[in-house]
Amino acid sequence: MSENTFEPKIVAFLCNWCTYTGADLAGTSRIQYPPNVRIIRLMCSGSVDSTYVLKPLLDGADGVLIGGCHPGDCHYQSGNYKARRRIVALKETLKRAGFDEDRVWLRWISASEGGRFAETVTEMTEAMRAKGPNPMREKWAV
Amino acid sequence: MAEPKPRIGVYICHCGVNISATVDVEQVTAFAAGLPGVAVARDYLYMCSDPGQVLIRQNIEAHDLNRVVVASCSPRMHEPTFRGAAEQAGLNPYLVNMANIREQCAWVHADRKAGTEKAEALVASAVAKAALLEPLEAREVEVTPGAVVIGGGLAGMVAALNIADAGFPVTLVEQSDHLGGRVADLNRTYPTLESAAELLEPLIEQVRSHPNVTVLLNSRVTSVEGYVGNFQVAVQNDHQSQISDRQAGSIIVATGYDVFDSRRKPEYGYGQYPNVVTTLEMEQRLTEGDLAVDGRTPHNIAFIKCVGSRDAQVGNPYCSRVCCMVTAKQAYLVKERLPEAKVTVFYMDVRTFGKGGEEFYDEVREKGVLYRRGNVSEIVRRGDRVALIAEDTLLGRPIEVEADLVVLAVGMESRTDADAISGLLKLPRSADGFFLELHPKLRPVDTAVDGVFLAGCCQGPKDIPDTVAQAKAAASSALILLLRGTVLAESATAVVEEELCAGCGMCVEVCPYGAPALHPLWNVSRVNAVLCKGCGACAVTCPSKAIRLQHFTEEQVLAQIDALVEV
Repeated sequence: MSENTFEPKIVAFLCNWCTYTGADLAGTSRIQYPPNVRIIRLMCSGSVDSTYVLKPLLDGADGVLIGGCHPGDCHYQSGNYKARRRIVALKETLKRAGFDEDRVWLRWISASEGGRFAETVTEMTEAMRAKGPNPMREKWAV
Repeated sequence: MAEPKPRIGVYICHCGVNISATVDVEQVTAFAAGLPGVAVARDYLYMCSDPGQVLIRQNIEAHDLNRVVVASCSPRMHEPTFRGAAEQAGLNPYLVNMANIREQCAWVHADRKAGTEKAEALVASAVAKAALLEPLEAREVEVTPGAVVIGGGLAGMVAALNIADAGFPVTLVEQSDHLGGRVADLNRTYPTLESAAELLEPLIEQVRSHPNVTVLLNSRVTSVEGYVGNFQVAVQNDHQSQISDRQAGSIIVATGYDVFDSRRKPEYGYGQYPNVVTTLEMEQRLTEGDLAVDGRTPHNIAFIKCVGSRDAQVGNPYCSRVCCMVTAKQAYLVKERLPEAKVTVFYMDVRTFGKGGEEFYDEVREKGVLYRRGNVSEIVRRGDRVALIAEDTLLGRPIEVEADLVVLAVGMESRTDADAISGLLKLPRSADGFFLELHPKLRPVDTAVDGVFLAGCCQGPKDIPDTVAQAKAAASSALILLLRGTVLAESATAVVEEELCAGCGMCVEVCPYGAPALHPLWNVSRVNAVLCKGCGACAVTCPSKAIRLQHFTEEQVLAQIDALVEV
């Protein structure tokens, strides 16, 4: 990545059954997207702890993406609904604390939506690039 | 912990040129060698190949490795391969971690520098997690030797008999007061024209007299608990208050179908004109040998195909698969009984597939049955008779045909109680409403629920031979579980650190499987590992952080985050 243009760093938590598999499909379909996203595989979006979202932001990552199954499709019946509630509440808290809550994205991407995964990453990379670096990069060391 | 320090071996795969075209594999290997805890880092052309696996196995012994990281394809592809290799070298398979640098890096990025940097980050993240991995035990649980079959029609009976013949007890639960299902309403079967009763009655007798089969009539399943290998099925008899509990290693769903209600096509006047009947009513008339309408023998008989099938307007875009042959069979039998009668079949397409189907269709036409390609738009009354208003789509012009008797070839639909069954078993359904098989080609009788299998028309319309074939397939799939006697359980389950547990019970509330329960005496949560599916919902919810999901612990995930953000 070039030194003079800002390249956002995005950490993604993807559920094993839908979005992680969708990301694999983007790969097998050779759908290109920006290399700014780094993926962590979890079994379910419902197991994304608030800490997992806060920690990268405090460490200086520019965005956090959470990917889960579409409503009704959760491998564990209701994990994605749990994720939705948790992330909504977390974003509200972030906002009130003066953080930019739009650095956190929750998206439903199924195992068959490789294209959608690539589009989401592209879109998010552009959005984070437009925002500029996460100010936490300068202010905190955790 | 008195655990020895991590000694991690990192193996970077070229995957031919699949990875190395975008990722500088040598550079990533050199980078990995410098990561904390890494004892050895190697690259190889194909890690999954025999020599690749041998390299890993030999390294485990030579370098006294206690963790392995393979950076290659998706873990969904080769995790079992590398776990197996580690196990062969005496390492617990759960001490292997993978970095997905093919599907999620090399194949989706073109820039070599950026691709290599990302691959380094992914390897660093995998190494950070690997250092914290704990050995887990592969767990097997015993399977209850027996099955429950829901539905006492043809599919359910065949499946039950097959399982019973293999020596396992089967409970056959049937809602109505008799066995046989819809086939019991049929007169003769196509294309052989043998009597349906002759086919069905010996089968019913075998089921009834089989020492391994318990038939519960007038009964329905009211709840299903448990998991693959150990289901508890509650069955309620309509006439008794008590509920009987059945234990089963596997469950077969054979709940059948509903017949399309022709009143939903009011233009055909079904229910209004005595001259308009369905193919099922026609079966009964043929059995009774009485085709008369209002005491008069019909001279003109018309069949209309695809009633409630291939019809998006009524919400059934699919083909019901049997109606073409049912129509051909009934037209044949009518012609046999009333050789002078004029028999006309209105059709969109003729789909007489299957063994002997096309030959039978030829025979029917030779017998004088007239096939006219066209959709009947309306049936109107003409005195004692009716007139079919249609378009002959081969001639391209409107026609009107009078008839004394009209037979509607009604299609199959998913049952109205499919929702209830689906709710009990958490069975997904396809867009057509029928139960969804796990894979349309390779796993046609399996479902998303392990240990639950489908047989017969509850999965989609099918004829008798297909139903029997599927019932036997479902029985043999169910028997695999019963004969093996054990089933692998998820090893990466949640565990409670009781010292930290405040006994609030939030984990109990969020778990969809009932795995955590509060100990009545100590008021701390304990997770039943057999029920736990490893989703991690409880671990996130626990306000005291007393629960952790093994193999995806908070410590491990935070270490991954650190590594990713730093690199």
